[in-house]
Amino acid sequence: MKVLFNEGWCKGCGLCIAFCPQEIIHLAEHLNRKGYRPAQVVDQDKCTSCAACARMCPDTVITVYRPDRKQTAVS
Amino acid sequence: MKTVFKRTTGLTDAETHYCPGCTHGIIHRLVAEVLEELDALETTVGVASVGCSVLAYHYFNCDMTQAAHGRAPAVATGLRRVLPEDRLVFTYQGDGDLASIGMAEIVHAAARGENITVIFVNNAIYGMTGGQMAPTTLLGQKTATTPEGRSSQLQGLPIRVSEMLATLDGAAYIERVSTHDPVHVLKAKKAIKKSFEIQRNRQGFSMIEVLSSCSTNWGLTPEESLKWIKSQMIPYYPLGIFKQQPCIGEES
Ligand SMILES: Cc1ncc(C[n+]2csc(CCOP(=O)(O)OP(=O)(O)O)c2C)c(N)n1
Repeated sequence: MKVLFNEGWCKGCGLCIAFCPQEIIHLAEHLNRKGYRPAQVVDQDKCTSCAACARMCPDTVITVYRPDRKQTAVS
Repeated sequence: MKTVFKRTTGLTDAETHYCPGCTHGIIHRLVAEVLEELDALETTVGVASVGCSVLAYHYFNCDMTQAAHGRAPAVATGLRRVLPEDRLVFTYQGDGDLASIGMAEIVHAAARGENITVIFVNNAIYGMTGGQMAPTTLLGQKTATTPEGRSSQLQGLPIRVSEMLATLDGAAYIERVSTHDPVHVLKAKKAIKKSFEIQRNRQGFSMIEVLSSCSTNWGLTPEESLKWIKSQMIPYYPLGIFKQQPCIGEES
């Protein structure tokens, strides 16, 4: 996982979607406990760990990781 | 795995009540990250104002209090003067709070050169009360109290608070920043950090005006709102540093 969403906190505002340069963030089909369609990333491999999504998220929903070089080589 | 971005400890575990996409959330995070980076969470007191951010004391993980409408700079002045000098004091105010009912307090706090940081969130409207016109509402902008759009003849012209306060000798540092994209969010954080550093160096009054969105009352989506900041607000409220006392640049 390179990008992790704290789903219950998401208000589905879509700002992360608007600023993801890889265009890999989408609103899920299901509703979260607040009644919003939470943002999610299915295609984690395409994530470049740029963190633009996290910087624009008003609700601090997103945590971003970058794999170590070694791990990338293996995968 | 290296963590590139994680939630700051400068925020409490409380979920905010803000509308989806409201940039108050981004601005809260920036202030909280700066306080964490300055290792100042234990030595800072924030003053929440009246407006959508009235509950900011639930969200910032430092000591907080809350002032009557517009009076945050006066409360911050009191705190500044009774607390030891190493403490940081900031206010967090909307444009309705700071520029209408609280205009006197902010002008005189700046004129006195109070050693405080003011975070001024300009969303060109009264958010909390349902979208009435603020002193910062743009000409032609439709609000609950200017349904035909603000007219200069009926409601006067919008006030550029940063430019105005920059004319006061007491103000040490004044900058206007924006939240409409990731690059500007990073710049906003830099400005907020600078402002707290100025306070730490006891250089006096500083204010960071942050252009912010109000999707609910502007009647736009969160994404459209950020575009509106860029296309409508920035031409009237240009970004940049309006006041920087000479010694500040040299010291940092
Ligand atoms: C003495 C007093 N007058 C009026 C009000 C009503 N009131 C509450 S919030 C607000 C304006 C808030 O607007 P702003 O400061 O721009 O903050 P926002 O909600 O947009 O973040 C007003 C007029 C009040 N609470 N107290």
